[in-house]
Amino acid sequence: MIIGLSHYLTVAAILFTIGIFGIFLNRKNVIVILMSIELMLLAVNINLVAFSSFHNDLVGQVFTLIVLTVAAAEAAIGLAIIVVYFRNRGTIDVAEIDLLKG
Amino acid sequence: MMLSALFFYLFAVMCVGAAFMVVAAKNPVHAVLFLILAFFNAAGLFVLLGAEFLAMILVVVYVGAVLVLFLFVVMMLDVDFAELRAGFLKYLSVGATVGLLLLVELVFVVGAWITAPVLVSDLPTPPAAEVSNTQALGEILYTRYVYLFEAAGLILLVAMIGAIVLTLHHKSDVRRQSIAAQVGRTREMAVEVVEVETGKGLK
Repeated sequence: MIIGLSHYLTVAAILFTIGIFGIFLNRKNVIVILMSIELMLLAVNINLVAFSSFHNDLVGQVFTLIVLTVAAAEAAIGLAIIVVYFRNRGTIDVAEIDLLKG
Repeated sequence: MMLSALFFYLFAVMCVGAAFMVVAAKNPVHAVLFLILAFFNAAGLFVLLGAEFLAMILVVVYVGAVLVLFLFVVMMLDVDFAELRAGFLKYLSVGATVGLLLLVELVFVVGAWITAPVLVSDLPTPPAAEVSNTQALGEILYTRYVYLFEAAGLILLVAMIGAIVLTLHHKSDVRRQSIAAQVGRTREMAVEVVEVETGKGLK
């Protein structure tokens, strides 16, 4: 029962699919959509670390560090936008976020 | 080897289950807590892969900062989440179809994955017995990828400033200290010398 690269890639694939599934399922709730995006980024990170570990190449882990940084920045900005939007409009329903439509 | 396989399946199943509960949970607070569980188990997977530093980063930075931020926002906003879940079942079928198709494709791809032997044979990474993962990562991050590292710092700075600028708001009915106005005050604006005649007083 040796755990190979494919095992980790399969876990990451399932996580990524759940992230996409979550976006479809909760299309009205921005917060859950952001969480689904976090899940997808986690899946990508698992892929990068798995390849890095099985190929003995540390660069994958450097990339994971950068992905984590960008994900943290994205979450902070996204949540700030949600807070401001809720303060102005009183709702975070995705279907009603259409101010830029003109 | 047997034990690591056991732990792999434990972490993998917990991670996938928690991730599913993130998208399926009724209460967003529960969803955030399940996301924390998923990240903890992913950190376990990272440890199994020998990436201890990233596992600790995931727990400390991600769970400790980002997901707590999520928790704050979810608890702060007074949103009727039940209303946002309307149409949940309507999207279930199409979401499940797309998700299942994608999953089958991805599993087909990764299931048949064979790494070219050339890729594995050249070893830029020192073996784990000599250098710890953290030290090896630091040695590569602060030398070859130092610009990438500084760019990451810049991204975080921009994100911080952006979040502060977005959420900081001044109430118009609150009187604030204006330092420029205070410093710019002259003697003429503050003091007025009046000649008062005896017995008349000031109006």
